[in-house]
Amino acid sequence: MTTTATTSDAVTSAPTSTGSTATRVLGAASLVGIALLVVFGVFVSPPDKELGETIRILYMHVPTVSVAYLAFVVTAVGSAMYLWKRTEFWDLLAASSAEIGVVFFGLTILNGMLWGKITWGVFWRWEPRLTTTAVLFLTYIGYLAVRAVPASPRTRGTRSAVVGLLAVVNIPIVHKAVDWWRGLHQERTIFGTLKPEIQGTQAFAAYLGLMVFLLLFAWLLIHRFRVAFLAERAAESGLEGAIAERRQEAGQ
Amino acid sequence: MSSTGYIVAAWLVTFGVTAGYSLWVVLRGRRLSQEVPPEQRRWMTAGSRGRE
Repeated sequence: MTTTATTSDAVTSAPTSTGSTATRVLGAASLVGIALLVVFGVFVSPPDKELGETIRILYMHVPTVSVAYLAFVVTAVGSAMYLWKRTEFWDLLAASSAEIGVVFFGLTILNGMLWGKITWGVFWRWEPRLTTTAVLFLTYIGYLAVRAVPASPRTRGTRSAVVGLLAVVNIPIVHKAVDWWRGLHQERTIFGTLKPEIQGTQAFAAYLGLMVFLLLFAWLLIHRFRVAFLAERAAESGLEGAIAERRQEAGQ
Repeated sequence: MSSTGYIVAAWLVTFGVTAGYSLWVVLRGRRLSQEVPPEQRRWMTAGSRGRE
């Protein structure tokens, strides 16, 4: 009787989507933040003395790359924890974060190319920062490709955890490329320096951008993790169904 | 294209792709929720599930 009641409760209270109170709060805060970012980044913030109007692209370029780095670090932590604990949670967290990181890193490259077209006259130059960026991007595309290779969950988790740990080593190389080698890409102006070169409304828009993309990352990570979890359960259900079907066929 | 065009394109691409990806994730979650039995839609309680 108790078991039936518990199962019934589980069925009636089971979520019908990956949303929850936490995601709704994060989602609403992200939307408000995006609206404010558009107002300050496009209309209120003045043009920069050196960068001119192109600073408006950097209000997204810098936050997207910062959040992509964070996502890749989460992937590395998840990978290490998976190799240690061997639990599904860490594997799915690492994979979910890597996918979001690839999306944000791809956006960084795209809006960086548009900035480069205005500033340098070309979309792309094989200079140190851009070259190391391309390598990092391809490395995480490789991580996602490794996950797509058919294998048991344990094998897939182990392979991708190793790639996730090796790939993160590229981040400091990309980040320090402007210091280590001579190139076209400008040096750090806001984050990672004790004396930011922008102040006032410009600095506000830059930090607001970072906050907005951090909120978006948190919102996406929760949803994407739950999707990954559901996909695992759906795959198991499909496999169990196929095995039962074969057994039935063999018995007849 | 003028510099204004590239700036507008950067904003549209960034938020367009983010919105598209977000929508894909949310819709995929809803579709998978239909496929998975209700008692298995418990991501937080199954977090320590092993891989043996």
